[in-house]
Amino acid sequence: MNRTWILAIAATGLAAPAFAASDATTVTGPGGVTLRSVTVDLPQSDREFPGTDAAAINNNCLTCHSAGMVLRQPPFPREKWAEIVNKMIQTYKAPIDAGDVPAIVDYLAKR
Amino acid sequence: MDQGHRVPMIGRRGFIAGAAALGALQRPTGALGVMMRDGDEAVFTTAFPQKGRMILQRTRPPLLETPFEVFDQGVFTPNDRFFVRWHWADIPEQVDVATFTLKVHGHVDRPLTLGLGDLLAMPRIEYAAVNQCSGNSRSLFSPRVGGAQWRHGAMGNARWLGVPLKAVLDRAGVKAGTVAIRARGLDEPVVPDAPAFAKSLAIDHARDGEVMIAFQMNGEQLPLLNGFPLRLVVPGWYSTYWVKMLSDIEVLAAADDQYWTKMAYRIPDTPHASVAPGQAGYAQVPINRMVPRSFITNLVDGAQVAAGKPLALRGLAFGGDQGVAKVEVSADGGGTWRQAQLAQDEGRYSFRQWHLAAPGPAAGPVRLMARCTNTAGETQPLEANWNPSGFMRNVVETTTLTAA
Ligand code: HEC
Repeated sequence: MNRTWILAIAATGLAAPAFAASDATTVTGPGGVTLRSVTVDLPQSDREFPGTDAAAINNNCLTCHSAGMVLRQPPFPREKWAEIVNKMIQTYKAPIDAGDVPAIVDYLAKR
Repeated sequence: MDQGHRVPMIGRRGFIAGAAALGALQRPTGALGVMMRDGDEAVFTTAFPQKGRMILQRTRPPLLETPFEVFDQGVFTPNDRFFVRWHWADIPEQVDVATFTLKVHGHVDRPLTLGLGDLLAMPRIEYAAVNQCSGNSRSLFSPRVGGAQWRHGAMGNARWLGVPLKAVLDRAGVKAGTVAIRARGLDEPVVPDAPAFAKSLAIDHARDGEVMIAFQMNGEQLPLLNGFPLRLVVPGWYSTYWVKMLSDIEVLAAADDQYWTKMAYRIPDTPHASVAPGQAGYAQVPINRMVPRSFITNLVDGAQVAAGKPLALRGLAFGGDQGVAKVEVSADGGGTWRQAQLAQDEGRYSFRQWHLAAPGPAAGPVRLMARCTNTAGETQPLEANWNPSGFMRNVVETTTLTAA
């Protein structure tokens, strides 16, 4: 997660930035514009796709995004769902077992 | 997460008056003739850092929608209610302002690594601009389409402060033969080989002096989820170009052939980006400038009003990539129109508030419409557009009330 630190290391040795940092956590510019370091905790989702036929979708469709938006999709015909699942695999490189695809599409088409 | 307070998204009743609107939320009664599935209910959340009460579309990566009543509270959308949209879930949870850098590289004379202090020291620009998702209002497409099922809350207006992208590009020295710049943020895909989110702009656009690297919105640093510490602001253009946590600008000598510009966020090259459902074989172009829209904000669908009593109407409009020239309101489903009074002009790219005192409606259903015409003479259409991605909705919206 912490790519900022890597960037910081990469930046070392380049022209020293001409900023007035009052301490390590703020940078202030003309006119008193101040930026302050931020640390947050983003909520995680433990929501699963419901149902007894949800094993395949729960195993394959929660890596990149939580279930909420998928569950909020309008009803689509099977072919449309197959197209969406295929886009996840081809375009977004979803690591999905080809054998699980029919069960995922069935689940989505039945909703 | 994803649990929380569930209320129906459509079927709100009554006047919106801040928190009072909450008490007015009721189960849908089919007033719109729409039977909602479970998935169409709005789920509210207050669980996100630096964010107030938002509609939860997705927890990870976050998709948070601004509740509609916020738009009635003023022309600027508060930072803690501003909508949130991320594509990939590897979002840094920590940004150190002392070590954060923005790199400018590629087809330039002098590659740069700029600290935030370097940017703060440069000459600034400031203006108000609407930031709107390409798919704002997608849930209203008919037939319905896939993607985040936003209602109207994937938009917001803020006063942005930063440095012109042009000044940063000039400092790097853009070489002859440059065609575009590609902007990237700190967010990363969560699986190997997946396309990292990046968007490009034609070099002339990038150097127009208005496109901004913003470090403040509404007088404060950006919330992390809105792109802290830097965000590209592309006024008049859809949000997909407003790259968040901007950390890398690559100057390109050839057209951007990466996924998010070449394949995604494309619209039919037709009037209103509209095609017939099922139509194929049309040309497509990258989504680009926004188009005019307007909303009645103080009354929502299903409101009960007194028959014969003048109706005080209030709303917001924006002209897309132009200013608002006029807003007209119809209280008879588009039969006759009266011109609304425009409130203070906050600039070409801003929301503009409007007011109208409409004559008291006769008892029965009342169909209210608001229609914006921008300063280039472009007016909202009366017929909804349709495309498979649910982009660029700007039909004249209808609010249906009952007068009794
Ligand atoms: C490798 C990561 C990844 C995996 C695994 C993945 N998706 Fe996606 N999905 C994405 C990305 C990226 C988007 C587009 C960006 C966004 O919506 O924020 C997306 C969007 C979607 C959408 C919105 C519609 C659209 O076409 O953009 C749906 C529905 C969806 N995914 C369903 C699924 C289903 C069902 C699965 C399991 C088969 C799945 N996803 C697995 C990355 C993934």
